[in-house]
Amino acid sequence: MDSCHTENNSRAEMIHSLFLINHAGDIFLEKHWKSVISRSVCDYFFEAKEKAVEPENVPPVLQTPHHYLISIYRDKLFFLSVVQTEVPPLFVIEFLHRVADTIQDYFGECSESLINDNVVTVYELLEEMLDNGFPLATESNVLKEMIRPPTILRSVVNTLTGSSNVGDKLPSGQLSSIPWRRAGVKYTNNEAYFDVIEEIDAIVDKSGTTVFAEIQGVIEASVRLTGMPDLSMTFMNPSLLDDVSFHPCVRFKRWESERALSFIPPDGNFTLMNYHVSSQNLVTIPVYVKQNICFFETGPCGRLDITIGPKQTMGKTVEALMVTIHMPKAVLSANLTATQGNYSYDLATKVLVWDIGKLNPQKLPNLRGSLSLQSGAPKPEDNPSLNIDLKIQQVAISGLKVSRLEMNGEKYKPFKGVKYLTKAGNFQVRT
Amino acid sequence: MTAMQRLLLQLPVSAVNMVKTVQSQVQGQEEDKSPVLTPDGVHQAWYSALQPDELRHLRSGGSGGGGGGRGGGGGGGDHEEHSSLEEGGGGGSIFQSQPLRHDDLKEMLDSNKDSLKLEAMKRIVAMIARGKNASDLFPAVVKNVACKNIEVKKLVYVYLVRYAEEQQDLALLSISTFQRGLKDPNQLIRASALRVLSSIRVTIIVPIMMLAIKEAASDMSPYVRKTAAHAIPKLYSLDPEQKDQLIEVIEKLLADKTTLVAGSVVMAFEEVCPERIELIHKNYRKLCNLLIDVEEWGQVVIINMLTRYARTQFLNPNMNESFLEEGSDKTFYGSDEDSDEEEEDKDKKAEAPMVKRKPYVMDPDHRLLLRNTKPLLQSRNAAVVMAVAQLYFHLAPKAEIGVIAKALVRLLRSHSEVQYVVLQNVATMSIKRRGMFEPYLKSFYIRSTDPTQIKILKLEVLTNLANETNISTILREFQTYIKSMDKDFVAATIQAIGRCATNIGEVRDTCLNGLVQLLSNRDELVVAESVVVIKKLLQMQPEKHSDIIKHMAKLTDNIQVPMARASILWLIGEYCEHVPKIAPDVLRKMAKSFTNEEDIVKLQIINLAAKLYLTNSKQTKLLTQYVLNLAKYDQNYDIRDRARFIRQLIVPTEKSGALSKYAKKLFLAIKPAPVLESPFKDRDHFQLGSLSHLLNAKAGGYQELPDWPEAAPDPCVRNVEVKDSVPEWTKCSSREKRKEKKVDKPFYSDSDGESGPTESADSESDSASGSESGSGLEESGSGSESEESEEGSESEEEEEKDKKKKKKIELKKPVQVSESEQSSEEEVRKHERKNKLRKSVSESESDDEEESESESSQSESEDSESEAEVKKKKKAAETKPPPKPVKKECKKEKKEMSLLDLDDFEPTPSPQVTPLNSFLSSSLVNDLEGLSLSDAVLSPAAISPCSALKSYELLHRITGEGLCVEYCFSRQPFPPDANMVSVQMQFTNNATSDTKNLHMEDVKLQSGMRVNEFTEIELLPAGETASAVMGIDFCDSTQAANFQLCTHRRKFFVSIQPPVGELMRPVFLTENEFKKEQGQLMGMNEISEKLTLDVKCRNEHAIVQRVITAANLSRVPCGSDKECRFGGRTVTSGSLVLATVSSREDGAAQLTVNCEKMVIGTMLVKDILLALTQ
Repeated sequence: MDSCHTENNSRAEMIHSLFLINHAGDIFLEKHWKSVISRSVCDYFFEAKEKAVEPENVPPVLQTPHHYLISIYRDKLFFLSVVQTEVPPLFVIEFLHRVADTIQDYFGECSESLINDNVVTVYELLEEMLDNGFPLATESNVLKEMIRPPTILRSVVNTLTGSSNVGDKLPSGQLSSIPWRRAGVKYTNNEAYFDVIEEIDAIVDKSGTTVFAEIQGVIEASVRLTGMPDLSMTFMNPSLLDDVSFHPCVRFKRWESERALSFIPPDGNFTLMNYHVSSQNLVTIPVYVKQNICFFETGPCGRLDITIGPKQTMGKTVEALMVTIHMPKAVLSANLTATQGNYSYDLATKVLVWDIGKLNPQKLPNLRGSLSLQSGAPKPEDNPSLNIDLKIQQVAISGLKVSRLEMNGEKYKPFKGVKYLTKAGNFQVRT
Repeated sequence: MTAMQRLLLQLPVSAVNMVKTVQSQVQGQEEDKSPVLTPDGVHQAWYSALQPDELRHLRSGGSGGGGGGRGGGGGGGDHEEHSSLEEGGGGGSIFQSQPLRHDDLKEMLDSNKDSLKLEAMKRIVAMIARGKNASDLFPAVVKNVACKNIEVKKLVYVYLVRYAEEQQDLALLSISTFQRGLKDPNQLIRASALRVLSSIRVTIIVPIMMLAIKEAASDMSPYVRKTAAHAIPKLYSLDPEQKDQLIEVIEKLLADKTTLVAGSVVMAFEEVCPERIELIHKNYRKLCNLLIDVEEWGQVVIINMLTRYARTQFLNPNMNESFLEEGSDKTFYGSDEDSDEEEEDKDKKAEAPMVKRKPYVMDPDHRLLLRNTKPLLQSRNAAVVMAVAQLYFHLAPKAEIGVIAKALVRLLRSHSEVQYVVLQNVATMSIKRRGMFEPYLKSFYIRSTDPTQIKILKLEVLTNLANETNISTILREFQTYIKSMDKDFVAATIQAIGRCATNIGEVRDTCLNGLVQLLSNRDELVVAESVVVIKKLLQMQPEKHSDIIKHMAKLTDNIQVPMARASILWLIGEYCEHVPKIAPDVLRKMAKSFTNEEDIVKLQIINLAAKLYLTNSKQTKLLTQYVLNLAKYDQNYDIRDRARFIRQLIVPTEKSGALSKYAKKLFLAIKPAPVLESPFKDRDHFQLGSLSHLLNAKAGGYQELPDWPEAAPDPCVRNVEVKDSVPEWTKCSSREKRKEKKVDKPFYSDSDGESGPTESADSESDSASGSESGSGLEESGSGSESEESEEGSESEEEEEKDKKKKKKIELKKPVQVSESEQSSEEEVRKHERKNKLRKSVSESESDDEEESESESSQSESEDSESEAEVKKKKKAAETKPPPKPVKKECKKEKKEMSLLDLDDFEPTPSPQVTPLNSFLSSSLVNDLEGLSLSDAVLSPAAISPCSALKSYELLHRITGEGLCVEYCFSRQPFPPDANMVSVQMQFTNNATSDTKNLHMEDVKLQSGMRVNEFTEIELLPAGETASAVMGIDFCDSTQAANFQLCTHRRKFFVSIQPPVGELMRPVFLTENEFKKEQGQLMGMNEISEKLTLDVKCRNEHAIVQRVITAANLSRVPCGSDKECRFGGRTVTSGSLVLATVSSREDGAAQLTVNCEKMVIGTMLVKDILLALTQ
């Protein structure tokens, strides 16, 4: 009965249907924006999923005889959309990520159990986000006006009074010229916090030479301000910023002319800006890694010896240092000693994790010992590469500094705060 | 309870009644249903089957569903399917059996308590969300469309939209509720009613929907209009018959001026009538201007549509892959990119030198699109960035495409799905425009944590980017990849190495050696892939590599991968002459294992046998026969056939045909080496960023990207008439004229003429209101205050500066004549600019002006920043006293300028001001010219290039609706600004009415360029002619200056593009100076061309005449009459330009140009060459 409605219109809408599929391959939610498409269409996807082995390797776009399947993999869930006609694939992919973001925003995380617990709310959200397959309201501020996110208090009240999460106001935000902000926001404590987070992406080769390094930054904001504040943020050294992308609230012209971020912020948490630090500036690599991983030609064993030391840390402590190594399949177990921190080796995934913690420049952390190989297996030819994680508080490694944050349009004095953090992004040491 | 809630509650009351009446109707008289309710037979039958059971519930109202017996009729099948699927969940309460449960829900829905209803609806929606069928609850649910509780109501809507199509009759019960909602005073309720109404897929209500959409399309609220736009595709897919009516609505909504509607209506346009591109004309500029403030999703749709539009309306900016183009652009955009492309171009140019081509001038509307989309590269939304990137790739001049690379590289930091799509597109782009991504080479380096599909795409890009200079880096990188654990990726890397080796000759041997080393790799897959690639490489130059072939022959014992074995065998067979001893041995081994081989290997064994038999039959005759016999009885018919065929061919029998004579030729013919090509080659015939491009196959509904037109369609179609201010008669006449021009275009029809212009009148104000909505709050609060105060302080500073400068001038004037000339000139320029700056700033304050305008103001402010520096430099350079006459002339000019510059320039009007009109009378022109050139130059040939001043058309009489504008480069110094080329414009009013307030606006320039506007002509009576002078600093480039020419009633987009010869001014040099300077401008800075002089141009005078006409240079005295020399300096940078023409009796000549600006030099050579040869 369902399938008879998948008729053949000359042109259909952009996104026809959405299926949420868990890791195991169960469809646990479906939403159709027009006629119903039988869930058997997902079989093509499951086939591809089988073939890909790793969920990351499932092609995001699949072609089936009558439909196209565009999917994303987020938080161990697949968001699979069905489209029938030409549509920019990125359009769908971006939208699906927006759905996942919204769910995360509403319920704290995007997981199967949470979606199941709030299935009606999720369904309503999907109903509002897409109209006839075309995105309608994707700003979380607008959505929250229409469908309130659940809170513990409210869920208690709801069970008592039988009311639900549907907003009792109409979404006036959709009408405004600044759809990202709700109207009539009120706070007793007016606060605006900004986190400048920089990530170092680097590839360091065997000899310790940096093959490639760059800094990507993001300014995450958490703004709780009454009314319609108009903020402008300036930097001490805006010339560092090479390539930027903005939240739609940022006025592009002001950036072009004055290199200042001028915006009326959304209410709550949002990403204000992403940036790339110009490649002219040499990227400081905060740590160096001395490593030696080798497997012996004779005998089923190998040796591992890793030492990490500070390189350029700008006078700060390197924290949350962690080394992750994807070992070759032949490695059976690891018998190592760490001078600092703990290590673990997962036999199933062949991942060795060494959690170091703070880096002590006086006594460099070292991990050494032997690796035992499957007997009879040939010596692995490939050396695993090390992925480094680290954090440095209170500094943006590029040197970027916010010089001023001003607020106009409202009378009160808000509390303003800027925090800096440097992290390792995709930091890889080849061996 | 809020006011909103109350509003919502108003609607349902009547709906309740409605439901009640229908209920009673159904109960009483099913036979005479209302005409609307009469569906087709099928449904009716089904409906009545369902009836007894369902109506019981309808009737029973709140009293609950008594018996558990479910009517046998409709939907029975579903329920069975259902019960098997049903699982715990939803509400949490447990029911024993399926029917009971639904009865329970029905009971809850019929209860009077909202909380019960809500609970029931939640469970039902949860069922729907899990993909379970809840259609049997339809009658119970639909009643609640009248529920007072807003939450229940919302969920009922959700249910309705889902199941209305299946239960059409019952769905009709709800319609009146929505119809009422459409009339609600609250816009949000109107919108939501329309949204649900249009989502109900019931064919009977098509007329109601149509009516609702039409009404909503002219609603006061833009949000309702947006909803109307959303409803259009819904109705269209429900009933395609409505297309014509819907197009009317689309046309109307396209003219809408709000950002809210723009995205949605373009979406509707794309879905319903993408072929009606002419509907876009009048809205084109508005869409371009609104674009930045449209929401993200709408931006994507609009940009994609405009890409297609532009392809039908404008000329290919790269059509003359010309030097002219390329060169001039290069000066503006980083020439560090595209270096190899430049080479390519040079090659092309060398192949077809001096093809006569029209200079390409970009349509201002084309430029508008490019300019307005560029900021969107900064969007956080990857789809928007991709949309802009594809627009630039398909529409922008080659040299400007580079800007998208950075943004695309940025997207590589995003989610892996985004990376996947972006990399596919980058792969396609990097084939066509390699230089664009070369600076970002390292961003495509592969990490061990990348998913395999991403790795392989990055590899593809790296391979595309490889060239002679970076290949060593790339190969080093590849070496790391070969050690990866991911074997699919390793195989892809080996193929990539093979491709690099074929494409780049220099590294072929290195690659080959590397690959040979891989043959001893432990992993069989790696070895196999290497063999396949090596085979392809060896095919290119086999004789050099017989040892590799030998090496590979040995591998047959170890390699088991069929493809690799087959490749080795083929190689040995093909090059058996290089390995005469090994080959028969290999065949022997293969014959032994023949039966156990894979089919592809078997085929190659047969081939090998055949080839060996032909070359070395003594040793291999028996082996061959053995193999052929084995093959004869093989299971695979292909192999049997092949064996039979080959036996006939190579073994001569009495019966064998004529072919066997040629066996050797057939088998040992030289095979062309395979071309290792990127799978992404030529994929750009699909619009980039599209699904079709990604799949490399046309997806349903894909709109082809049209080819550029040969000749541009009339650009006037995009002109938007300002209806109100146009007197009736002008409108008529203009329309008549247009009709003459293009009668066939349907949208000039009268009916259109009525609606079109009214809707889309004044695109300018449109855009203003649009951007207002986006940044409207800029004005509020102290934001503007601070800016204002800034402005204030700025102007104060300016005044101070002015004072100082004036003092300085006064001081210096008497002492240093020459200096004062320069600095005063400077002064004037600064004044000019500041005035403008101030003006534009104040404009942006007071009013939200067009984006472009503010852009220009920004560039102005940048300029002013650097002013101080310029000043310093100027001071430092003030040493050479220019010839006196110049100074005199300048003074004159300055006075002139005081006229032009109405604001606050030295308020000392001179009595001897020359009237503007006569300013350009030829006598004066001559005079001035005499002043600017030194006597020595003037005398030798007595040349008057002014007579040959070529005038260009700026605005045609017809396009300009009677106003005709021509311009020429008067070659006068432009006193307000020494860096400006003066352009003399002649306005003729051919219309029958006066034209007023002729001025220019909205100047759009490449960075660095500046314009000194001409003074507004207040009145140009009918039939009269007036002229004016403007100055343009072209920054020594041939970029066009685009602006709008405005009259009191219309605006025209026009552009001025200078020939390179006008970008310079003559300088006087002595013969010695000339030689000295020339000596310093050798090598790269010297360009020579041989030519044959035109017959009419074989004397010195003619040559000089022609050169000077082509370029604003002055003659440099020269001893020999066989040589003519010319000198000049570029206007902006003052770079020396030297030209020499040395001729022989027979007309052969050589032209040499020395200029440190190579682009200028090359372009000049071209122009002079043309002038001398024609």
